[in-house]
Amino acid sequence: MIGHAEKAAPFAANEKRAHWHDQALWFVRLKRDRQAESIPEWEELRQTASAIKAHTLSRIADYLEEFERNATNNRIQVHWACDAAEHNAIVHKILADRGITRLVKSKSMLTEECHLNPYLEARGIEVTDTDLGERIVQLRHEPPSHIVLPAIHLKKEDIGELFHKELGTQAGASDPKYLTEAARGHLRQKFMAAQAGLTGVNFAVAETGGFVVCTNEGNADMGTSLPRVHIACMGFEKLVPRSKDLAVFLRLLARSATGQPVTSYTTHFHGPVRGGELHIVIVDNGRSTILGQETFRRSLSCIRCGACMNTCPVFRRSGGYSYGYTIPGPIGSLLAPLRDPKNFASLPFASSLCGSCSDVCPVKIDLHHELYAFRQDMVRGKRVPLAKRLAMAGMSYVLAQTWAYRLAGGLMRGIVPRMPRALVYGPWNPWGRQRELPPMPRHSARGLIQRDLTQKGAK
Amino acid sequence: MSSRDSILAALRRNAPATSPLPEPPAGIVYPDPAKQFAEAFTSVGGKFVRLARREDIDPELEKIEAYAHARKIASLVAGIGRSNVDLNGLKDPHELEGLDVAIIAGEFGVAENGAVWVPGSALGPQRAIFVVTQHLVLVVPASELVHTMHQAYERIRFQGLGFGVFISGPSKTADIEQALVIGAHGARSCTLFLVG
Repeated sequence: MIGHAEKAAPFAANEKRAHWHDQALWFVRLKRDRQAESIPEWEELRQTASAIKAHTLSRIADYLEEFERNATNNRIQVHWACDAAEHNAIVHKILADRGITRLVKSKSMLTEECHLNPYLEARGIEVTDTDLGERIVQLRHEPPSHIVLPAIHLKKEDIGELFHKELGTQAGASDPKYLTEAARGHLRQKFMAAQAGLTGVNFAVAETGGFVVCTNEGNADMGTSLPRVHIACMGFEKLVPRSKDLAVFLRLLARSATGQPVTSYTTHFHGPVRGGELHIVIVDNGRSTILGQETFRRSLSCIRCGACMNTCPVFRRSGGYSYGYTIPGPIGSLLAPLRDPKNFASLPFASSLCGSCSDVCPVKIDLHHELYAFRQDMVRGKRVPLAKRLAMAGMSYVLAQTWAYRLAGGLMRGIVPRMPRALVYGPWNPWGRQRELPPMPRHSARGLIQRDLTQKGAK
Repeated sequence: MSSRDSILAALRRNAPATSPLPEPPAGIVYPDPAKQFAEAFTSVGGKFVRLARREDIDPELEKIEAYAHARKIASLVAGIGRSNVDLNGLKDPHELEGLDVAIIAGEFGVAENGAVWVPGSALGPQRAIFVVTQHLVLVVPASELVHTMHQAYERIRFQGLGFGVFISGPSKTADIEQALVIGAHGARSCTLFLVG
């Protein structure tokens, strides 16, 4: 399996673009900070959100039954899927039974996780992703590179070229306003022709039997109020107990995600559109197993805001595709190996463990602690390359023995400055590939302190 | 065992010990909620207009360029606007395509984020109207402002509601190079009259 660092190499090779990506996401992080600072009870909100999620997960089966009862009373048809295959089959059956061949979708990371689009397309259904960023990556036959900003890896010139080819916009045109207008016209036609709309679920409420979908574009609203059939897909962890819990999460979500006070549209569905039908598919797909793991179960509290990605120094400089999983960034580096530790063994190492992700997480997932714990699991399970294991064993020995540490330090200080550059920065020094080693100090800290003490004693 | 039952059984087996369910915190209280609301609504790309009386709305509507030149206008606020579309005559929401301006009553506004609560009952026979229309006008009584979302959810009753939406400004996107563009799929502009 190719590791994160190898997959990040092509992205990092284009320095100018990688720098733009880094700055664009950092700008979103700063907008998030401004919003967070405008709410004096921000930290209390995070704490409450975290506790609500922990409570809900501790009684999740009861709350799901309550949700099902109330949703059914609201004329919502509830379906259950153990895994991705069952989820896809349920969605397909709903469409096929009604002779539906044109589906519009708004953003749903769950359906990305389940690979719903190719499943439906292989069965003759035209699937149109309607979030602008998602439509862009769909036309490029790519997955989203970020869960909130799906096309953040692209420049407007790339999109101009794509739209020229696919939507017939002027050659060379790359003005975002012009391109968005073209997409608006193109997608209006898709909305008007659609026979069903599919959405994700941001939050479902046990007490009321309804759910909430948040968008800025209004694409979920177009897609669910024009066609007669609405299908909503959710992982069971999207549930909250009471409608007043929505206030806590909605105050956090958009501020954390994009630095907006709230999304343009926060839509509450508690029944089908007039004369139509509303289906909700509740999906497990490995989540119940994560619930059973004490160290990692808090990752199920994630509300998919993407704040951990925007702040992560590794994500910003390596791009979403380097993770190779639907959910990238710090949270993805947990969720992916929890699902498949063999293929995603390198992801817990795609972190500097700086803790910035944990600091911004609106539901206070202890992301960097969990990543650290996962690394230990990976080393114990021998899922880490031999060279790295040997290096770690060597370092552990040196750092634990005073004499070895002193000797190694002395050798470094004495020899490295005399070595030719080619030797210091050879292929055995991956750390030095993009970085300069700091100049070697002449004395060790120990030596300096000892000298200092001797001088003071002399006075 | 059905998928439903096997999922629920797995969740019962794997759930941790029950932890307490906290109450939401008391939210911020703004000294001047109308001012805060206006700032928030403007910051999300909306146009905020404060009016003393209901009678002021119609003349103010004419100042909106899209309204002045509109061919098709639908008003869901009694006595307001030059409504010329019979919404009850529409057989299908698709017939809303081509609507230039919709005028809708918001139940209340939220100061902290400029969101306006619009219950399904305020949307007429076709709820699609708020997002299919090219331009949206919201009318909210100045007496109906709350400070935060906490107070908002204390007001909303979901029993028998069916549909409801918080609208905060026009439709927008920043999916191309993070450049903000107003008018993605829904309304290209959103004007709010806070009246009274």
